[in-house]
Amino acid sequence: MFGKVIVRRLIFSAFILIAVSLLVFGATLLLPGDAARAILGQQATPERIAALNEQLGLDKPAWLRYLTWLGGLFVGDFGTSSASGGSVAELLGERIGASFILMGVAAVISVPLGIGLGVYQALHRSGRRDQAMTGISLVLAAMPEFVIGIGLIAIFATSVFQILPAVTLAPPGEPVWNRPQQLILPTLTLVLVVTPYIVRMMRATMIEVLDSGFVEMARLKGVPEKRVIMRHAVPHALGPVAQVVAIQLAWLAGGVVVVEFLFRYPGLGQALIDAVTYRDVQVVQAISMLVAAVYVVVNLAADVVGILTNPKLRSAA
Amino acid sequence: MSPKTETVRHDAANEPNEKIVLRVTDLKVVTNAGDEILHGIDFTLARGEILGLVGESGSGKTTAGLACMAHFRDGLKFESGSVSLWPRGDATAVEVVELDEAAVRALRGSRIAYIPQDPALSLNPAMRVGEQIREVLDIHQFGSSEAERTERVAEVLVDVGLPGDKDYQKRWPHQLSGGQQQRIGIAMAFAMYPDVLILDEPTTGLDVSTQSVVLDTIRQMTVANNVAGLYITHDLAVIKDISDRVAVMLRGDLVEEGPVDAVLDHPEHEYTKMLMAAVPDLDGRKTIGDGAAEAKTAPEDDDKTHILVSTGANGSAAGQDSADEDSTAESGAAAASAGAAGGGAASADAPLLEVKDIALAYGKAQILDGINLVLEPGECTMLLGESGSGKTTLSQCVAGLNDDYTGSVRLRGTELARSTRKRTNEQRVGIQYVFQSPFSSLNPRRSIGQSLTVPLEMSGDGTAASRKAAVEEALDSVRLGRSFYHRRPGDLSGGERQRAAIARALVNAPSVMVCDEITSALDVSVQASIVALLRTLRAERQLAMLFVTHNIALSRHIADNLAVLNKGKIVDYGPTAQVLENPSHEYTRALISDVPKF
Repeated sequence: MFGKVIVRRLIFSAFILIAVSLLVFGATLLLPGDAARAILGQQATPERIAALNEQLGLDKPAWLRYLTWLGGLFVGDFGTSSASGGSVAELLGERIGASFILMGVAAVISVPLGIGLGVYQALHRSGRRDQAMTGISLVLAAMPEFVIGIGLIAIFATSVFQILPAVTLAPPGEPVWNRPQQLILPTLTLVLVVTPYIVRMMRATMIEVLDSGFVEMARLKGVPEKRVIMRHAVPHALGPVAQVVAIQLAWLAGGVVVVEFLFRYPGLGQALIDAVTYRDVQVVQAISMLVAAVYVVVNLAADVVGILTNPKLRSAA
Repeated sequence: MSPKTETVRHDAANEPNEKIVLRVTDLKVVTNAGDEILHGIDFTLARGEILGLVGESGSGKTTAGLACMAHFRDGLKFESGSVSLWPRGDATAVEVVELDEAAVRALRGSRIAYIPQDPALSLNPAMRVGEQIREVLDIHQFGSSEAERTERVAEVLVDVGLPGDKDYQKRWPHQLSGGQQQRIGIAMAFAMYPDVLILDEPTTGLDVSTQSVVLDTIRQMTVANNVAGLYITHDLAVIKDISDRVAVMLRGDLVEEGPVDAVLDHPEHEYTKMLMAAVPDLDGRKTIGDGAAEAKTAPEDDDKTHILVSTGANGSAAGQDSADEDSTAESGAAAASAGAAGGGAASADAPLLEVKDIALAYGKAQILDGINLVLEPGECTMLLGESGSGKTTLSQCVAGLNDDYTGSVRLRGTELARSTRKRTNEQRVGIQYVFQSPFSSLNPRRSIGQSLTVPLEMSGDGTAASRKAAVEEALDSVRLGRSFYHRRPGDLSGGERQRAAIARALVNAPSVMVCDEITSALDVSVQASIVALLRTLRAERQLAMLFVTHNIALSRHIADNLAVLNKGKIVDYGPTAQVLENPSHEYTRALISDVPKF
């Protein structure tokens, strides 16, 4: 029964991705500028442009190009970068790893941290600490990621302390995790952006759950407070929070662009900015599809958490 | 802070004796702001006996019950007094309110158990029911082995009349009915063989037949386990049914205490007398809410009701006789007989409201199945049914709030469109609806005047001044008075809000009013005053009423005709007295016998 729901959601997700691919492909068709002209620059003559167009397959009708591209996606062939001439998969390979490290570490820190702080605040609601934390999280939530990033650079890398690198030091080709200290500031920026939303949502749902009849009943059964919270209250608060976590993690996939640019971090975000500058349509398409895939997967995961924490959905589905 | 009121005691059962398990002395509870909620109450619970604690909402009865477990809800704290508990076999008492957290936890669920009001809210929806019972045993380390606990879970489930097998234990709370959920709650409370049981309105949310099963279970378990029980409720009929002694609470004071018969048959405190007078009785021996009806209600206005009441008392009276003879007991033919019973007014003309062959199904679920009803001016038909019987759906169909039905609703002979949107203004005004909960049916941000003006604006006639006059008149007629025009629902009590909601239905001078469970969210005394108000309105305005309820005890107090709805079908239909005395259907007989006798 439960498996059926997941399978149905997976099929649905596949359709969403195909729809996204149509949009992405359509949007790049509409973009002004001509890839061949951009590549050739000063040396563009009509003949050379025509020749390059043929070489890149740009003279074929759009629907054929779309199908070729889509077919390529299924076998991991993202096409050829028109700017560098190399395969897109190869170009992005390392960068995907670098970006996912950044996002993964940020997620692993901010999700438990957000949930923990939210529970703490809910338990000490309207106390002085709760109010202070609410204020701080509101301020953080209101600040855009580049402000937080620049602030962190000013504090830890340049003006106040000089203990952490302000930019990524690794030379091209060297994996970023070889120098862990350069990961700290970008990760911290992402964590500070993502966590406040999770904290606020967790606090709100947790307060609601703590006021519910079954939590009072658990206390009147003599259940120790720790077990009341961990076994009776938190699981109910997780369902709605999972949705917020999903939105935040999905945001990470896009938000990473700005942060990577800020820290000169060799990830997908940098690649996307470069690709847009050079009209490297194939790379833009590939990255857009990757970001869309992250959105879909993360939201699917949130729905699964929602179903797991609610037996009504589990048995009714 | 008000001074402590002296409790009227009917006997000396509170003197120290060996049967006493829990003694509360001079208990005071205050809010964090310092307002006193309980002004020093005393009561004792004895082994094998149930003490009923009666009071209206806000009287502090739940606060008192939870204080016995040293539990104070948010915003409340213990002030002074003592709660002494003699746990099983111990000669010395434990001071519950002075224990530290760990010691209190050890008592809760094992020595003092709690059965909550709403099982649907109090069972953890994400835990299997067996596991929830098992949790109590695990925490208090029942027995000596895992196997013993497993066995106890099955045993206590069987004790409360549920199957104890593994499959049943693996169910989720939402897979059980309300009555089954409450029995899980009872099983959880009895699992550790407690000494004291605090029951906080455990049957309030349940249907009468489910209620009688749950009450049976509670009574049996209390006697079998020799437990002292505190039964908190606002329902005096239930108290009479289940408890041995009763204590009456009024605004944080205990005003009267003693054996059930002594207190209920010979109440001494004014408040108890008032409460007793407000309780509707199935036999209709009294007229509830008479005292509450204002001076405006001239005695002759109540004549009709008195005839009704005396009919109930004597079994038959003039005026009802002919109806009794005319009507057949068959529900199919009952519509016609009800029409005849409604008086000669509708001889040639079409009836005011006629519901014909209404049916409604969602997928395979048949919600309503061939409903026929007739309503004449000034007449009240009670639509009686348990939750899920389709009574609210039917009233929504009549009012046009639900347009999925087949069949017809006719007002003065004209067939109405299914949806209110397609009905003419006049037809919409003709049928007005009053909702169950006055707490959610009035917009909290609007003043009563503003809320009451809306129907007039919708019907589109009159000037601002004439609308204001109409609203004020409506407020007068529900005995609220014009001063309520500028007040907001938040400042009003439940009864006042329901009066305002009734006034909203009245401003357009409807001919039919649909009242959907309008007294079930209210205290008995308030219910009595609303019932009295409805009686007056019927007499004053020749208002026809469809009174939807699950409370059969109200029938003689308000309705001329009684229609019993079961699983979407009307199984009994006819003049109230006739249906109550000679119910033709098995279901009606079961309903009548399940009503706690009062």
